[in-house]
Amino acid sequence: MLRPARYALAATAGLALILAAAAPTAAAGKLQVKIDNLVFAPAKLTAHVGDTVEWTNADFVAHTATAKDGSFDVALPAGKTGSTVLKKAGHFDYYCKFHPNMKAEIDVVAK
Amino acid sequence: MNKVILTAGAAVIALAWGFSAQAADAPKLNDAQIAHIAYTAGVIDLKNAELAEKKTKNADVKAFAEDMEKDHKAVNEKALALCKKLGVTPEDNDTSKSLVKGQDEARAKLEKLDGAAFDKAYADNEVAYHDAVNTALEKTLIPNTSNKELKDLLETGLKIFQGHEEHAKTLDAKLK
Repeated sequence: MLRPARYALAATAGLALILAAAAPTAAAGKLQVKIDNLVFAPAKLTAHVGDTVEWTNADFVAHTATAKDGSFDVALPAGKTGSTVLKKAGHFDYYCKFHPNMKAEIDVVAK
Repeated sequence: MNKVILTAGAAVIALAWGFSAQAADAPKLNDAQIAHIAYTAGVIDLKNAELAEKKTKNADVKAFAEDMEKDHKAVNEKALALCKKLGVTPEDNDTSKSLVKGQDEARAKLEKLDGAAFDKAYADNEVAYHDAVNTALEKTLIPNTSNKELKDLLETGLKIFQGHEEHAKTLDAKLK
């Protein structure tokens, strides 16, 4: 009598876990921003909470992608990539700490 | 009467000619000289950065100086490699000499300062120096550069140095 119920419970819990784990990864996207000649391209990006933004620095000097409000601060050495997972919705202006004339923005919307 | 007018007219023309002839006679910078000016400007800011790294106790000033060091080294390495590739030997000239002289004097003044007074004077000088070099690049050096690759590198350099100028202004505004 107890056994089947336990199995059912375990199965339900298992399914819930799988769903919970699968849902964000299935929906999360990866967005690319390229830095070439001190320009973020695209300069405006729309993303969803949970998405990853990856910056590729094609320049020969180091850059950063630094959110004005401190939400993220990604180091981007010359010729390298760096990424961040967008954790909250909102409008994020970001810039390069070393070259503050480099500016861009991301709109993060809830899923 | 006519003669007077004619003479006056000739004088005006002569003056105009004299002026334009002088402008035309002013030696136009060649790529070897422009490369030398750009490289020298970088070496000067490296020296300024080294001094700041030695003297400052302010974390923001130190970080700024380290950024200057990294970027100007990277740009100058590119410039040297390009000159080598193009077979251009950077050629010393009056503009390079006056840049060196001006910043040697500025650095001698900075050497005598310490603490907050040094930090402020260093940041002030970085703003003014980057502004002067950026103006020269934009108005004189880039327009006079013949080689496309050198021009492209100077244009990238200008964007990097405009970034430094903005960074220096932000730093300067934070310092008392």
